[in-house]
Amino acid sequence: MSEHDSSVVHVSSVKLLLIVWVALMIGTWITVSASNIDLGFLNIWVGLAIATAKALLVGLYYMHLRWDKPFNSFVFLGAFFFLFLFIGIAMMDTAQYQPDLIPGYSPGMGD
Amino acid sequence: MSDREHSSDGLTVEHHFENADQQYQSAKLGMWIFLGTEILFFGGLFVAYSVYRSNHPEIFVFGHHFLDKNLGALNTVILICSSLTAAWAVRAAQLRQIGMLKLMIMLTILCAFGFMGVKSVEYNGKWKHGLLWAGKYDPHLEDHGETLHDIIGEEIAEEAHVEIVTEETVVEVRPAQPAADPDRSTIAPAAEGPAGLAAPDSAATDGAEVEVEPANAQTYFSIYFLLTGLHGIHVLGGIGAFIWLLLCARRGDFDSGHFTRVDMVALYWHLVDLIWIYLFLLLYLI
Repeated sequence: MSEHDSSVVHVSSVKLLLIVWVALMIGTWITVSASNIDLGFLNIWVGLAIATAKALLVGLYYMHLRWDKPFNSFVFLGAFFFLFLFIGIAMMDTAQYQPDLIPGYSPGMGD
Repeated sequence: MSDREHSSDGLTVEHHFENADQQYQSAKLGMWIFLGTEILFFGGLFVAYSVYRSNHPEIFVFGHHFLDKNLGALNTVILICSSLTAAWAVRAAQLRQIGMLKLMIMLTILCAFGFMGVKSVEYNGKWKHGLLWAGKYDPHLEDHGETLHDIIGEEIAEEAHVEIVTEETVVEVRPAQPAADPDRSTIAPAAEGPAGLAAPDSAATDGAEVEVEPANAQTYFSIYFLLTGLHGIHVLGGIGAFIWLLLCARRGDFDSGHFTRVDMVALYWHLVDLIWIYLFLLLYLI
């Protein structure tokens, strides 16, 4: 029996690894360039979009998710789902207190 | 050893697995669950970041001027290169190219040390200027003949969207604000409050835009050190894991085509890279 036959295990070609590497480098360059342009509130979302594209490249190709059993992706995305719940509910809560906030000032945090 | 079965290519299958493939897939699933817990481990700090940043964006805008974007970008590049070599190491192990495997592991370790080296340069700079976490935050900038302005002025000027004339920029460090009025609802927001973003009445600075340190700027550095520190510990752990792989390779463990360990360590390493991609954006490139 051969454990690591090609139907089960994907061996990435050097070419693919290098293409992904180049894409990640370009992504980094774009992120830095985009941060130098003032897009107002869009800045953070553009940055996050590029970072997520880079993360997808790493996940799909370097981490082999593209060729893996889908259940592994499901587990990983599940973690992100709970992370978004965590952030989302915390942000909803903190938004309730926004009218009380004074810019440059953190009530209750001073000495 | 009686419980183990050796397959034709020398792989060892534990007795509770049907076959080598099931054993490999189980290891992989376990690793992915571990990576999921890692995401949630960092998640708490990302929540802290999101909440503080949405409440007090000025603290983050102020704080990020003290981080060197170039060093951050350099570290991003280093980590991406190490991800390439880690992925290549997996390929080499799969194809039983032991020499290539060792080379790629060594390159990955080299990148990891490079990352920690750059990180230590950055931490050293923060340490020297007292730009530390909450209780230790004590900017003592005059000691070395430079002012807060010297450190951030240049970077501010470089950024097109912060139009500050460098020579006229005045940076002042404000003492801690008084404790909050318990009945906060009576304090009008923004302009009337102890804003901390501008000092319009200061005669010495008329005409010049003022970059004032907002209250509780230490919050930024607390979050910065916790996030990058936790990430740095993961990098150190990765270095340990890769050294272990190197020893395994030297011992001949991968000669049989058994590459599960390399695959698992590489997965962990890619996750560390993935988290840094976000940290670089959120801390350096606000």
